[in-house]
Amino acid sequence: MSFVSIAYTALFYAAAIVFLVGVGARIYRYARTPAPLKIPTTPAPTTTGGVVLRMFREVVFFQSLFRSNKWIWLFGWIFHFSLLLVLLRHIRYFQDQIWLWVSLIQPFGKYAAFGMVIGLLGLWARRVLVDRVRYISAPSDHLMLALLLGIGLSGMMMTFVSHTDIVSVKAFFLGMIRFSPQELPTDPALLIHLFLVALLLIVFPISKLLHAPGVFFSPTRNQVDNPREKRHLAPWAAELEK
Amino acid sequence: MADFDVPKFREIPIIPKLEEGTMEHSKPYVAKADFQQPLGYPGELVDNWKEVAIDKMGELLGKYRSFQVFLDACVKCGACTDKCHYYLGTTDPKNMPVGRQDLLRKVYRRYFTFAGKYFPKLVGAEDLSEEVLDDWYSYFHQCSQCRRCSVFCPYGIDTAEISMAAREIMDAVGKGQKYCNEIIGKVFKVGNNLGLPQPALENTLEGIEEDVEDDTGVKVRYPLDEKGAEVLLVTPSADFFAEPHVDGLIGYGKVFHEAGISWTLSSHASEAANFGMFIGSYENMRRVSMRIREAALDLGVKRIIFGECGHAWRVAYSFLNTLAGPFDFLDPNYPVPQHICEFTHDLIKQGKLNLDKSRNDDMSLTYHDSCNVSRASRMGDTPGGQFSIPRDIIRASCNNFYDMSADTIYDSTYCCGGGGGLLTDDLMELRVKGALPRMEALKKVVDEHGVTHMAAICAICKSQFAKVMPYYGFTLDQIVSVHQLVSNALILTGQKSDDDDDDASDED
Ligand code: HEM
Ligand code: SF4
Ligand code: SF4
Repeated sequence: MSFVSIAYTALFYAAAIVFLVGVGARIYRYARTPAPLKIPTTPAPTTTGGVVLRMFREVVFFQSLFRSNKWIWLFGWIFHFSLLLVLLRHIRYFQDQIWLWVSLIQPFGKYAAFGMVIGLLGLWARRVLVDRVRYISAPSDHLMLALLLGIGLSGMMMTFVSHTDIVSVKAFFLGMIRFSPQELPTDPALLIHLFLVALLLIVFPISKLLHAPGVFFSPTRNQVDNPREKRHLAPWAAELEK
Repeated sequence: MADFDVPKFREIPIIPKLEEGTMEHSKPYVAKADFQQPLGYPGELVDNWKEVAIDKMGELLGKYRSFQVFLDACVKCGACTDKCHYYLGTTDPKNMPVGRQDLLRKVYRRYFTFAGKYFPKLVGAEDLSEEVLDDWYSYFHQCSQCRRCSVFCPYGIDTAEISMAAREIMDAVGKGQKYCNEIIGKVFKVGNNLGLPQPALENTLEGIEEDVEDDTGVKVRYPLDEKGAEVLLVTPSADFFAEPHVDGLIGYGKVFHEAGISWTLSSHASEAANFGMFIGSYENMRRVSMRIREAALDLGVKRIIFGECGHAWRVAYSFLNTLAGPFDFLDPNYPVPQHICEFTHDLIKQGKLNLDKSRNDDMSLTYHDSCNVSRASRMGDTPGGQFSIPRDIIRASCNNFYDMSADTIYDSTYCCGGGGGLLTDDLMELRVKGALPRMEALKKVVDEHGVTHMAAICAICKSQFAKVMPYYGFTLDQIVSVHQLVSNALILTGQKSDDDDDDASDED
């Protein structure tokens, strides 16, 4: 096997472990930490079903953001929805037998890359142009956008400009899944794309990308509004009553 | 009138350009040892304060999911940046909700995250230093914990939670705020924020009874510490004497009278407000709450009802069951606790109150949704009852009612500018500037509909508006209690008519 193939195999195993363990540990921490008081932002649903619906509207439509700021919502939603399509489209590179629905979204997934890039550019423009958003931005906030843009653009290079040997790429990832490493083609667009993806996986658990699991644990959004009906008591608070 | 510039009304409410440091000088008085110690805090800044602060932060990260998740999840999208009344009124970027959070987040990142430990510059992490502590003290006392930001954040990040945690950390290192901590001490010692002892309360209530009898010819009772009463009423201590609060208290008494339900106030729990929440202290909040449980048990009441108070209603509605429950010794047919507006609203629906709206015809009303009632509690059975129930009561008591603009009411309501432990003279500049968005909305209905008065159901809102409205060209009596309107309109059974009233005064 070539040096590049060995390096990328190692890189992706490492990235996958960091991602899974890191995000898993974070989720475990969120789940384990109690919310001692009822703090849903009201008006809030009074039933669990209602909370599921509220969360659905937040995660799928970014409802609060829509109320808040139409520009951020527009670019943010285009970016995320496109990202989702792109990710789903990529499932094909990890399957021998491609699921029907994955084949069906292929044409949309291909062009979603444009949505991703447009969304990211819009968000970046705001970050630079609006004084308030510029003020709250750290270098990492710019770099995160650069990283995602890099992934999107290098991916589009391969889809629309210089095709890579996709059959070998697929063999490489199937090989990784089956723990029998394979050769990786070495054209630059592919190597850049994959390097940036590995980097994204590694920074995920130590960056603001934790908003993805975080949103589900936000007490202001996931609590049922029933404090008078049902007593809510955290274990450490119960200790005080002894 | 003031040694600072009162903000001008904005022509069209545009988002102001930020100006760094405009409110850096705003700091409330630091609590002296006498006010710190009764709450279990060190009397002055401890020598190893940095360690203590970081340890405390670590402790809170393990105790409050909100704190942990909110510090991690913010993506710096900027959606909240123009949502805080203090930013709009002061243009200081550290008053943008995310700007405020970042004061603490940068320290969290430095000490608790991988990226902040190894790449601090990259992620904006910073060591805890004296300047940072100064900033905390300044800007975490420029947050009224109103939760407006949490409505608009895509993850519901509630800066109030961060402010509470920050204040708890500052208390733990010995840098507490005088106003809040002194008041909590008074509650522990005397039973209420104003430090009114039992005899003073008794006196006041007797005076009220006489006034109401003079006014209406009906003997309406305002009982204190009466064992065996059906209802314990817990109300903010401002209701005992200050205008317009006391007019609200008069209203509650009349409503109970008409309902034919026996009730009592308690000198042990003569305060609805719970400043323990403002300083983020579960223990102190619990200690204050327990007085209500003790009073209810001691007096043998069957129900607990809260008077008009905003943050108090949050602690009562959302936390009381947690802090001082279970209330299985009370009548299970009623929610514990109830809001006086829920109680009055039920009576109106049952047609038990004889309300003559025309008695409020000298006023044209609008209604200020208090922040913590709107975004941190509920009334009635359905979400949003906290908006409809007070409005229903106002409409049943007055002929002229106009809502302010949609983006300034309901859960988008702007805070009065004085909530969350900021209702103190040493923060006057902040209070005036923070009131700007509400004053603009009020001005609009005054100009367009001839509104003359604004009603509210919060002691802090009422005190704050009475103080800051004159800065904006209004008068301090333009703020009224909702139950004052009820009181005006309510014709008690057996009440002498207005004509008798005139005759009576002629004879005087
Ligand atoms: C449950 C899944 C997710 C939800 C509900 C969600 C939601 C959001 C929302 C509401 C925003 C703020 C608006 C915006 O700037 O777009 C945001 C920002 C962002 N999201 Fe997500 N997201 C999710 C997953 C992801 C994932 C998987 C990634 C990347 C791998 C990602 C990357 C980003 C980035 C980089 C930003 C900041 C954009 C900026 O700098 O303005 N998100 N997300
Ligand atoms: S809770 Fe209210 S006062 Fe505090 S930052 Fe949010 S909007 Fe501003
Ligand atoms: S709206 Fe929420 S996520 Fe966006 S900057 Fe403000 S606190 Fe952060």
